Amino acid sequence: MSDQALTDFALDNETMDFRAVVRSSFARLRSGDLGSLPAMLAIAALVAIFGSVNPSSFLSTINLANFLEQSSSVIVIAMAVSFTLLLGEIDLAAGFTAGVSAAVLATRLQEWPLLPSILMAALVAVALGTFTGFMVAKVGIPSFVVTLANVLLFQGVLLLLVREGGSVRIENEIIKDLVGGNMSPTVSWIFAGLALGLFTFSLLRQQRASHGAIPLSLVAFKVAAATLGAAVVTIVLNQNRAFPNAPAPIQGTPAVIPVVMVLLVGLNFVLNRTRYGRHLYAVGGNAEAARRAGINVERIRLSAFTICGLFAGVGGAFLASRVNSVDPNTGANDTLLLAVGAAVIGGTSLFGGQGRMLNAVLGGFVLALIPNGLTLVGKQTLPLIGEIDFGSSGTKFICAGVALLVASSVDALSRKRAR
Amino acid sequence: MDLPTTGQVPRVNTDRIEEMGVEAPTKQRPLLQVTGVNKTFGSVHVLHDVDFAVYPGSVTSLIGDNGAGKSTLVKTIAGIHPRDSGTISFNGEPVDIQSPKDTADLGIEVVYQDLALCENLDIVQNLFLGREKLHRGLLDEQAMEQAARDTLASLSVRTVKSVRQLVSSLSGGQRQTVAIAKAVLWNSKVVLLDEPTAALGVAQTKQVLDLVRRLAEQGLGVVLISHNMNDVLEVSDRVSAMYLGRVVADVPVTPATTREFLVELITSGQSGDVGTARASAAEGVESPQGGTDV
Repeated sequence: MSDQALTDFALDNETMDFRAVVRSSFARLRSGDLGSLPAMLAIAALVAIFGSVNPSSFLSTINLANFLEQSSSVIVIAMAVSFTLLLGEIDLAAGFTAGVSAAVLATRLQEWPLLPSILMAALVAVALGTFTGFMVAKVGIPSFVVTLANVLLFQGVLLLLVREGGSVRIENEIIKDLVGGNMSPTVSWIFAGLALGLFTFSLLRQQRASHGAIPLSLVAFKVAAATLGAAVVTIVLNQNRAFPNAPAPIQGTPAVIPVVMVLLVGLNFVLNRTRYGRHLYAVGGNAEAARRAGINVERIRLSAFTICGLFAGVGGAFLASRVNSVDPNTGANDTLLLAVGAAVIGGTSLFGGQGRMLNAVLGGFVLALIPNGLTLVGKQTLPLIGEIDFGSSGTKFICAGVALLVASSVDALSRKRAR
Repeated sequence: MDLPTTGQVPRVNTDRIEEMGVEAPTKQRPLLQVTGVNKTFGSVHVLHDVDFAVYPGSVTSLIGDNGAGKSTLVKTIAGIHPRDSGTISFNGEPVDIQSPKDTADLGIEVVYQDLALCENLDIVQNLFLGREKLHRGLLDEQAMEQAARDTLASLSVRTVKSVRQLVSSLSGGQRQTVAIAKAVLWNSKVVLLDEPTAALGVAQTKQVLDLVRRLAEQGLGVVLISHNMNDVLEVSDRVSAMYLGRVVADVPVTPATTREFLVELITSGQSGDVGTARASAAEGVESPQGGTDV
């Protein structure tokens, strides 16, 4: 690329081959735009470490399925919180919104059929989110303060719904199977094929729109890599992972995967292809500029909290489904911190205007890998230090905290360098 | 700013003043005309019977010291400050401007000092912000990208690598260019530029001034607010000078117009035969309000 080519929209008209794309990606990385790379490297590193320490358990089929299910609720709540993070706001009560919504779902299911119960739970989640949005956008209280109050408020509501020390069981098979159920091996293959087809279709669409900036070879490479990945994962998950002598085989891709994928694709679509998504990024980047461009900033703020509430509610259903019951701790403790952490580790900025839905997934994987792997590492005797129980809660919290700190340092340092 | 406040101010050649003429020589009908506008903030009378005209295809500079009322005038035209009295006509028709939306609907765009751009978005996204093109309800990226490229090319902006560059990666001059292009994209007829070169270096200032000239060549009425007399002399067809809330001179710029002449106008309200007598300009004004010049 000659210097002269750097003006006159040169890059817009440039056709790039595969090597040029690789070179420009490296240039972007060097300029400090790391994107999701740190999260992907972290996933690779964690898999390598845990896989080498305890290959028989960590790399087992059952653990792969287990890990995917463990990460799902954090991922969904992280997606929800991302809508507020994109505006530079935060919803500290998203965990309890999930809890309250799950409690409504569980209690309603005891008397009502599935659909009205789900609608009621969704309605409550939307109402809680809209309430927060109203306080932030219309009344003008900082979201940190509003949602801090909401943590207490919603926790109180959750306690009243499920009663102190009590828990509400979920008997509905569909909700129970949301996290924990599996697709049959045939359906798993059909799902993998559909997902690959959609992936290829969207890549080709981008390629056509790029006027040569994306070479076909790159599309082919990505599709080949995705096909290989999907085939390996599907083959592995289609193995019977039940213990010997179990009454029925456990096999197939966990049902939670297509659900998370639909959320990922759907929310991504809203953010990137609709006017609403564009305005969300604009308000997060420069609210004053957005206002001058005629965007109703208050409405965008309010709606972002409403969306956050709704999908936190969906996350609540995941939390409930995982343990088949709702208790006062559903959505409590570290749920919200892990969700925000997942988004940030994935590369979403806390200052607004930057982030993608995929970040929530990648970050969620990192934060789910840590406790999953550490439990399987268990007690180890280290030279000089002696015996350490890596599976203890203390170690897990410390490792998750370190991961979050490392991720945000990488982000801060790369930004500093870019400036 | 190095204003000659005392001592010898170069005398202005009286022949030249006659030749310039105080009356507007332009036979063209003004695109935007402000007549007898008054504006007070509490007890402070900020705009005094202000007359101001913008002609199609020409650059009118609005000059004046801090607190002279330039920004207040622009904000009054933009509909941010309601005026107390006076009329604003557009294309010869009196118009009722109550809000920034009214001005935008007329085709009057204001490019403010603090650029109203989102740094996290790219050039195309910023140009179309709030007015995105849709195709079947979804963003029509291709159409917007092409329109952005066409607009920038029509303004001879050739310094950006890609219209998909993030604004955060642009230089100050390029950002100003995008902000101005944003105004032009909407077929506006009058563009008001509030200190567009204030924060720019020499080369970037030239870039923006070239752009200002091209806007006028495309037939737009351009208003340039500036503190920099060299910029004003370089690009303006006419100059309106404000002094303590009044327009004290509305003169065409000729090759003979000097920097000193303009500086004298804005510092004392008159220069030679041009301008209002100091006494009448100062009358009724408690103090020049720096605070209103925002």
